[in-house]
Amino acid sequence: MQNADICCDCHRSTIIGQRDFTMQQQELIPHLFRTEFTKITSVLCKLFGIEHIEIAEDIAGETFLTALETWTYKGIPENPVAWLYTVAKNKAKNYFQRNAVFTQKIAKQLLQAENENPEIDIDLSEKNITDSQLQMLFALCHPSIPAEAQIGLSLRILCGFGIDEIANAFLTNKETINKRLFRAKEKLRTEHVKIEFPDITEIPKRLETVLTTLYLLFNEGYYSESQDSIVREDLCLEAMRLTYLLAENKQTNLPEVNALLSLMCFHASRFPARKNANGEIILYQDQDETLWDEELITKGMYFLNEASKGNTITKYHIEAGIAFWHTKKSDTKQKWLAILQLYNELLIIEYSPIAALNRTYALSKANSKEEAITEAEKLNLTDNHFYFTLLGELYKSVDNKKAKMNFEKALALAKTKADKQVIQANIDKFEVNG
Amino acid sequence: MNEFILIFRHQDGKAVASPEQMQMWMKQTMDWIATISAKNKFVSGTGLPFDDAKVVHHNNIVTNGPFGDIKETIGGFIIVKADSVEEAVEFAKGSPVLQGEGNTVEVRMIAKRDGVH
Amino acid sequence: MKDFLLIFRSEYKEVPQRTEEEAKAITKKWMDWVGGIAAQNKLTDRGNRLFNTGKVLKSGNVVTNGPYTEIKESIGGYTMIKVGSYEEAIEVAKGCPILSVGGNVEIREVSPM
Repeated sequence: MQNADICCDCHRSTIIGQRDFTMQQQELIPHLFRTEFTKITSVLCKLFGIEHIEIAEDIAGETFLTALETWTYKGIPENPVAWLYTVAKNKAKNYFQRNAVFTQKIAKQLLQAENENPEIDIDLSEKNITDSQLQMLFALCHPSIPAEAQIGLSLRILCGFGIDEIANAFLTNKETINKRLFRAKEKLRTEHVKIEFPDITEIPKRLETVLTTLYLLFNEGYYSESQDSIVREDLCLEAMRLTYLLAENKQTNLPEVNALLSLMCFHASRFPARKNANGEIILYQDQDETLWDEELITKGMYFLNEASKGNTITKYHIEAGIAFWHTKKSDTKQKWLAILQLYNELLIIEYSPIAALNRTYALSKANSKEEAITEAEKLNLTDNHFYFTLLGELYKSVDNKKAKMNFEKALALAKTKADKQVIQANIDKFEVNG
Repeated sequence: MNEFILIFRHQDGKAVASPEQMQMWMKQTMDWIATISAKNKFVSGTGLPFDDAKVVHHNNIVTNGPFGDIKETIGGFIIVKADSVEEAVEFAKGSPVLQGEGNTVEVRMIAKRDGVH
Repeated sequence: MKDFLLIFRSEYKEVPQRTEEEAKAITKKWMDWVGGIAAQNKLTDRGNRLFNTGKVLKSGNVVTNGPYTEIKESIGGYTMIKVGSYEEAIEVAKGCPILSVGGNVEIREVSPM
């Protein structure tokens, strides 16, 4: 468990380090912003209550503004994190004094406590930071908040993403994201969502929404159409960091959490092999498997093993199982028989078009192309370009004319440049071969 | 704790009941299920109307039915939790289906999920 | 979309001891069939397999061992699907592995209680 530091800051700094910053503090501040903004916001928000989430964000934001101004002149302090915490604490206290309404309504109890103990206790200890972030995760993933807004809020509050970065990840503009986050915060207020751990009996149920959000967050990064690959991988790493927080916590270290973490590790292991020098996606079968991250694969197996303790089998278990088989590049019958059965199980638990298509592909590998074609024709996913890509693949060398025809249909439906490139390459092969 | 299915078999699947009769049976059935639910032993259940029922046979032959081939027609089922087949039979004894002469309730233990479908 | 229950029946006979390989092959057939239904988004409930032994309760609280002593064809299990019509349900049922061992599939529209 100790060495499972998938979320450690060094990953983050490597990634941020790739950005074109020349001066030291220009590198350090965005890095600290990511890691410390979320910690300060979570702790303050827990202290104030969710209805004052914006005040917490503002104080955290102002803290960084002060840092930027001060550090430019005076240089970076010896312990920048401690410096930030001190400034954040002072700003929070100033806020109490300055804002009468806030003082009366919210800080009453805090100030009463202050009378006995003149220091307002803003606890920025590691334990309180972790607890606050976890409780915040449960609050933001409240069932009353739409999934899209949960992801947006989590990215902002728990991952320290800027509004433009979130907009970039969702392929939309800043206004849309601002509106979405605003509505979600309103909802948190009107629903009186509390920043606390759910009751122990409630945890499995509430965890479901939390895991869905983390799963979507990861997928958003993994399959994002955003051109910014740094943001994309960052999304995945943040999803992993938060899932890891859940696995580290005794109450939430449940089989489904480990299963999700295992799934993420297996997928993330392919990051180094997924892109060519031009940043274009390299498909699985064309990847150089020597570039796959062995360490993450080992961690994935560790978490999968943890996930199998107990009787729970969730879709994350099954997807982790499928991802495990994909860490073995060679095409064996055994591999595809196993993957086919896992897809059968996955679809029985929960239907999704992509699982249906992948199952049919597995069927062609495990049973026969003919059987897969018959089954594929029944899927009726005629508005999905992956459906025609699959049919194209299946008809290859069975009926090349039909194969080409299906790739052409796929091309007409494909939206992204990357997808179109892949499909066009398939069509071109037929032209060359006559 | 195991799960058992209680299958309601009606002797005459073609018998037509009046709406009033249907309503009364429905109410009795709901009351009966409520007594099982009260013990937290009810899992699920459903009714199966007789109209249009079909049977697919070997070689894809389709017949109407199952009337004719099999004397008893299934009218529905519920699944209950019970420690033994005897306890499940005790639940079955309360079924309103048994008011009809010749009707039966079949009690079968459900196979644990072992991969065989 | 309506729910239909597929009831698998076959003649009751003592099941010969199967080798692990045979059991695996049968499991695979069933799983591929049910997986195919799920892939078309037509599965409501994978259903259950039933043990062969059971009891039959008659009016007057008469309990007999059953059901195979009374009815030639015994129910082996069931699955619930969602399709638009009986015709569609029949198409789905045609792939059921029970048909290849002489069994049959009864198709019944579900009326929720």
